[in-house]
Amino acid sequence: MSFNIEEIRKLFPVLHQEVNGKPLVYFDNAATTQKPISVIEALSNYYETDNSNIHRGAHTLADRATRYFENTRKILKDFVNAREEEEIIFTKGTTESINLVASTFGRKYIKAGDEIIISTLEHHSNIVPWQMLCEEKGATLKVIPISDIGEIDLEAYANLLSDKTKLVSIVHVSNALGTINPVKQVIHLAHEKGAKVLLDGAQSTSHLDVDVQELDCDFLAFSAHKLYGPTGLGVLYGKREVLESMPPYQGGGEMIKEVTFAKTTYNEIPFKFEAGTPNIADVIAFGKAIDFIQSVGKDRIKAHEDELLGYASKTFSEIKGFEPVGTAKEKVSVISFNIRGMHPFDVGMMLDANGIAVRTGHHCTQPLMKRFGIEGTVRASFSVYNTKSEIDQMATSLAKIAKIKNK
Amino acid sequence: MSSIQDVQEEIIGEFEILGDDKESTIYYIMELGNNLPEFPEEERVDANIIKGCQSKVWLTARLEDEKVVFFADSNTDITKGLISLLIRVLSGRNSQEILNAELEFIDKIGMGNIIGSQRSNGLAAMIKQMKLYALAFQAKQNV
Repeated sequence: MSFNIEEIRKLFPVLHQEVNGKPLVYFDNAATTQKPISVIEALSNYYETDNSNIHRGAHTLADRATRYFENTRKILKDFVNAREEEEIIFTKGTTESINLVASTFGRKYIKAGDEIIISTLEHHSNIVPWQMLCEEKGATLKVIPISDIGEIDLEAYANLLSDKTKLVSIVHVSNALGTINPVKQVIHLAHEKGAKVLLDGAQSTSHLDVDVQELDCDFLAFSAHKLYGPTGLGVLYGKREVLESMPPYQGGGEMIKEVTFAKTTYNEIPFKFEAGTPNIADVIAFGKAIDFIQSVGKDRIKAHEDELLGYASKTFSEIKGFEPVGTAKEKVSVISFNIRGMHPFDVGMMLDANGIAVRTGHHCTQPLMKRFGIEGTVRASFSVYNTKSEIDQMATSLAKIAKIKNK
Repeated sequence: MSSIQDVQEEIIGEFEILGDDKESTIYYIMELGNNLPEFPEEERVDANIIKGCQSKVWLTARLEDEKVVFFADSNTDITKGLISLLIRVLSGRNSQEILNAELEFIDKIGMGNIIGSQRSNGLAAMIKQMKLYALAFQAKQNV
């Protein structure tokens, strides 16, 4: 598919509606992306023609569902360039992927006195599981500081690393600011100290080419719904040897090899970590979402989003009272800002009255907001189907709103 | 002083003029916030923050000539406007009136659609807190 924005927009039914009497402008893509028709149809097709439980069924439908389900695993293996498809584990989302590592890797390898490193940019889902683990184990959580423009301090990070560091869990791209972290360096430095690295890829996988072999991360967590796929589904990539060394996550069906009342032996990866009937329909539909991304091309998507980011940054900065938050040199298409004298909630609501959907608040990054001394921001995040004319629509609306307090 | 019912009718009338235009309705609500009586600074303490609101809302009340007088403030302009409506209806009345009040104007002006479900929950929390003040003052008066 060549990059024809009108053709791309046609694939997303939800975009073609009015909200509060204005054409919908959907700029809340960092929260969740909209779904192409192929994903929506895959969901109904599955229930209409293939529905059955996978992996052990002795009938045609079960076999078909299993093949389609496992095909998505193959697609995802290629998507992140994992060595093997067994390294792809399906979860409920990024949050569960991180919690899985905390409960299994953490349970086995984190001991009293050990240290786990995160950064100031983290989403709560990459803070709280580690706090819980540290509390339980008597380990310590260390935090990489950031600069005023929202970039992590690599020197401070290097100083935090020590022989006590067992894990570095860091966000690849900040959901609140859009900062792209220099994760290759972060991973390299951690490995020099023998620490494993988990990459929170919730916001990076939709914008950047994420190659787990090139980055050499030990884990990568991400969500389907931020990648044009269904909600309630995510992925944990882990290196085979690390995954194999970890105890299982939840007990139940699928994850066992043999059960007796005396002892249970566990299944191989990835099934060891996938207890219970999985989210079959959504996994199959997720494959279609990745197909969509590949058909447009990550490089074309990135180029388009970068153009939108540049255009919006320039256009919005001309508005009196516009105060950007997070202006890192390397960013994805996210603009976080405040309007001087106004609360982000109020700005968000007035934009909504003009059909413009943005996110307002702390973006589940309260420590980060505290670092900037603010309660929250307004966040506009752009995706493959957004246009410059939508940015113009927002700029017009924003200028009018800003004028209330910035005459 | 007009009855609670009369004040509610007034508000319903004002919002009817605005019609379905969400933008003008929100601007109007924000302007209403300017009518809030000045909030006593000594009352701006965490104990007076209403739980259940997304934005910060401080609420306090005093008994003046056996009437409950409310003071409130918020860090967001839209919320200030919403509280000013509640104060307009409920402040300066006796406890029993406040406890009996059925605030039908909120549904009649379609507030749920204007402010969305999260802020509606916050609004409900504010009303609950105002009624709790009335209840507390009534209990005190009856001692």
